[in-house]
Amino acid sequence: MGQKVNGIREQVDVCVVGAGHAGCEAALACARLGLETVIFTVSVDSIALMPCNPNIGGSSKGHLVRELDALGGEMGKNIDKTFIQSKMLNVSKGPAVHSLRAQADKADYTRAMRKVLENQEHLTVKQAEVCEILWEENESIKCVTGVKTYTGAVYECKAIVLCTGTYLNARCLCGEAITYTGPNGLQAATHLSDSLREMGIQLRRFKTGTPARMDKRSIDFTKMEEQFGDERIVPFSFSTDPEKIQKEQVSCWLTYTNEKTHEIIRGNLDRSPIYAGIIEGTGPRYCPSIEDKVVKFADKERHQVFIEPEGIHTNEMYVGGMSSSLPEDVQLAMYRTVPGLEHCKIVRNAYAIEYDCISAKQLYPTLEFKAVKGLFSGGQFNGSSGYEEAACQGLVAGINAAMEIFGRDPLILDRGESYIGVLIDDLVTKDNREPYRMMTSRAEYRLLLRQDNADLRLREKGFQVGLISKEQYDATLMKKMMIQKEVERLKNTMVGANKEIQSFLERNGSTTLKTAASLAELICRPELSYEKIAEIDKEREAFAKELCNAYAQDTSSLPVDVIEQVEIEIKYEGYIIRQKRQVEQYKKMEQRKIPENLDYDEVPSLRLEARQKLKEFKPISVGQASRISGVSPADVSVLLVYLERFK
Amino acid sequence: MEMDTIAAIATGLSDSGIGIIRISGERAIEVGNRVFCTPKGKRILENAESHRIYYGYIVGDSGDWDVLDEVMVSVMKAPRSFTAEDTVEINCHGGVLVMQKILELVCRSGARLAEPGEFTKRAFLNGRIDLSKAEAVMDVIHSQNEFALKSSVSQLQGSLFDKICGLRKELIYEIAFIESALDDPEHISLEGYPERLHDKIESLNQQISSLIATSENGKLIKEGISTVIIGKPNVGKSSLLNRMIGEERAIVTDIAGTTRDVLQESINLHGISLNLIDTAGIRYTEDIIEKIGVEKAKKYAEDADLILCVIDSSVDLDESDKEILSEIFYLIRDKKAIILLNKTDLQQVVDEKMIEDLFHDMMQCQDTNDKKNMIFVRTSTKDGSGMDELEEAVKKMFFSGMIKSNSELVITNIRHKKALENAYESLNLVLQSIEDDMPEDFYSIDLMNAYTSLGLIIGEEVNDDLMDEIFSKFCMGK
Repeated sequence: MGQKVNGIREQVDVCVVGAGHAGCEAALACARLGLETVIFTVSVDSIALMPCNPNIGGSSKGHLVRELDALGGEMGKNIDKTFIQSKMLNVSKGPAVHSLRAQADKADYTRAMRKVLENQEHLTVKQAEVCEILWEENESIKCVTGVKTYTGAVYECKAIVLCTGTYLNARCLCGEAITYTGPNGLQAATHLSDSLREMGIQLRRFKTGTPARMDKRSIDFTKMEEQFGDERIVPFSFSTDPEKIQKEQVSCWLTYTNEKTHEIIRGNLDRSPIYAGIIEGTGPRYCPSIEDKVVKFADKERHQVFIEPEGIHTNEMYVGGMSSSLPEDVQLAMYRTVPGLEHCKIVRNAYAIEYDCISAKQLYPTLEFKAVKGLFSGGQFNGSSGYEEAACQGLVAGINAAMEIFGRDPLILDRGESYIGVLIDDLVTKDNREPYRMMTSRAEYRLLLRQDNADLRLREKGFQVGLISKEQYDATLMKKMMIQKEVERLKNTMVGANKEIQSFLERNGSTTLKTAASLAELICRPELSYEKIAEIDKEREAFAKELCNAYAQDTSSLPVDVIEQVEIEIKYEGYIIRQKRQVEQYKKMEQRKIPENLDYDEVPSLRLEARQKLKEFKPISVGQASRISGVSPADVSVLLVYLERFK
Repeated sequence: MEMDTIAAIATGLSDSGIGIIRISGERAIEVGNRVFCTPKGKRILENAESHRIYYGYIVGDSGDWDVLDEVMVSVMKAPRSFTAEDTVEINCHGGVLVMQKILELVCRSGARLAEPGEFTKRAFLNGRIDLSKAEAVMDVIHSQNEFALKSSVSQLQGSLFDKICGLRKELIYEIAFIESALDDPEHISLEGYPERLHDKIESLNQQISSLIATSENGKLIKEGISTVIIGKPNVGKSSLLNRMIGEERAIVTDIAGTTRDVLQESINLHGISLNLIDTAGIRYTEDIIEKIGVEKAKKYAEDADLILCVIDSSVDLDESDKEILSEIFYLIRDKKAIILLNKTDLQQVVDEKMIEDLFHDMMQCQDTNDKKNMIFVRTSTKDGSGMDELEEAVKKMFFSGMIKSNSELVITNIRHKKALENAYESLNLVLQSIEDDMPEDFYSIDLMNAYTSLGLIIGEEVNDDLMDEIFSKFCMGK
């Protein structure tokens, strides 16, 4: 039978599957590096969709966005264009845990990102479901050759980045009602999983959930606490001019659940698909449904509920803290027990979603599959959760797809230089049993990995990759230089125990000097700061002027971001030095590379468990090997000695 | 793994004649210089010639002139040493206690305790060992690690294990609380928390410091119970020693005062290790040499865990016996004594009651309960009768907890002690941070260090403890 075959056959460099937060970054990175790139999405209207919380950033996620921006990603710029409220979290705590979070106008966010994609040179946006990965096997090495869409069109390419998010074999659950759709009722991708399995890729099921959206007009805000944005707005992107984004902000609202709410939930647990055992996927512990909270933390009398706007062109409000998969009638009853929500009308029901994803231990830290050359993946498909986590992986996967095509060294960030490094290392090295979310406690060296210095840490890498311009990089170098010079000056400028100094100290509630001290030593005192000691710092202005003039800037004070760094470096020097030393030790082990083809059966004296784990994970360095659970310090020593002989 | 400066006892940890403590790494000479000086008190190692041996003292860091041992020290500069790094070797007297004390001092002075097999590993990585021996080296590293792990864990008695686990549990809870507040500041507040944490840490540190204090008891199990034999001359002390160790070690004659110095011997009694010390007889004497011996004997008795007091029960108690007994009556307030009524092969004139009466006469103000710390055994060191009863008595005292309760939390190992001290230090840093009003996220750095240090004792790594604790104990938002 002569069946007619779709004859479309195009040749490109890179195919990106999925246009969520990961896919957008991956596609933009490849196209910006000059590669012909196609990005596939089941719906062009859902590019960079935010199907859950209406905000970007938050504790440690804000760090991720900053780092992404320093490397040349788009998310930071996009949220700076579309935010409607901004807040720096944790300002009462140390600089390492300050974190930026912005409420987004979801529709604006999507539209703005779509505009960027559509206008990016070398990038084509294509609405189509990718059903098959095309590949060949050469000398027992699998290698991608292209993708095939549902309609039969074939796109030949050199690399593929999978960013399928929660769409693969997605299933949404709202109590007894089950639909086989992706988020927001969008079409699920039901064919690709089989193709991946055929290639030998192992899939698993994860689940996540989202709360209901409500009609603003049905909410009584007088019963809630108003949550304002910051007075002074700090942008996410290092390229955004702070002056240009100071604007009117909208508020969020805080209310609480109560015993009545909990009673309704407990009384209907048998109708929850999770507790009734209908959901098989593993959900995240850090983002529990309200059912989970009530069951696991039975002694808590109330839980916080944040009411957040979904945008300024809509009346929909997000009910943060109350995601659920209970049936519609139970949801309504439960929400209506919350003060201010007594008469609420639900626009969209809360639901849980289950989807296919992988365990990222099948990936190298470059986010390329160990088993398939040219196949990369990022985002929720890799078992993570969150827009920011997805975007960062998308960027790294995209960059590395490009680097492979160019035959250049891959971009591997480590735990000592970035949260992105921590994120990817955790994903590919640990057995994650739930969707992975970034947290500041996951970063061992977080004192060094601050959101305020992401540019100083990563601009250089972005420049080397080619996503950061020479001009942007030079600006970072200049900033670095200014910080270093000013710190030096403050350390070397001594003040004596004279009358003026003593009276200054007394006025500021600080103990007087017995012998001379440097200005840096004074800044270290908790009650003093860079700003406070200005009056006894006579050379400051002249020095700043000279320094700025040297870089063709006409000003008599150093830029605020420079001063911020100077102050942090001086105030926390002891801790910073300690962490820097730890990082040096850590890097030594990272630099001991393990050859890809190492045969662990040839390494004597390894314990059986370690041998199995090492064969499974194929770590790229001794450092990575040491973090695999089941590999003991003795095994690491054995490995080191063996590699020495191998050398 | 890190190429920092490491130290360890290079010879076996036994009471051999000479012991060597080896320090290797970039800062080896600097560390050596901190602990060693010449008899004139000069610190000379920084300028010492390589491969030459120097005589002098190891001086403690207590501030006073506290000589730990008289030693020979040599410096071997890189690459001409076993590890091919700068190396300092301290040849000291081989007593276990002395070596441990020196090693502890060295570790306080900037070195880290070496992992098992670490010198060998460094030697290998630095190219000192033939590549063909690689496999052997790997086996050594492995077996030594396995052994260290096993012996270390088996040394941990259940109660200590539980204690450390308990401490860690409290620590991880606090860390998780801080971290969850950092990750979810809108749901979890740290209002008023630093004060609470301060109290908590103080109580934890108290527990840790009492664990450190038990490390002296730890010595007890590992090195044996220090047991001293005293009694006036010629009552059969040396014969008793010989009976217990089964060989002629002490010079036994009929002439009173033959044992002028102290004889020491370790014996194993039903698995209980006793360090037996025979002393010169305590008695009033003008003989200068013997007088020194008598003073020493008293001092040993004071330091001992168990006193074996030998009385010749075939003759009446004289002034010397009474002086010794009064000393013992005094000492049994806080230690145990076995009174041996020796020479049962002869006509008996002294019995238990006479000594108890003496106790009541002499120690009228003392608690009569102390009497329980004194057990009587009738022996004849000549024909060996009563020796079984003696062993039984020691055993009973030990296992009934009379000597030292073996259920006490005992830190048997330098490594454990060091880990406890590190945890203690880290917690002090937390207190410091709280007092300095540092932001809360700084607390968790040192809390985590303390948690990790304690984990080393029970052989547990951190892994996902923190995440599990955060998610199970604190309700995160969204």
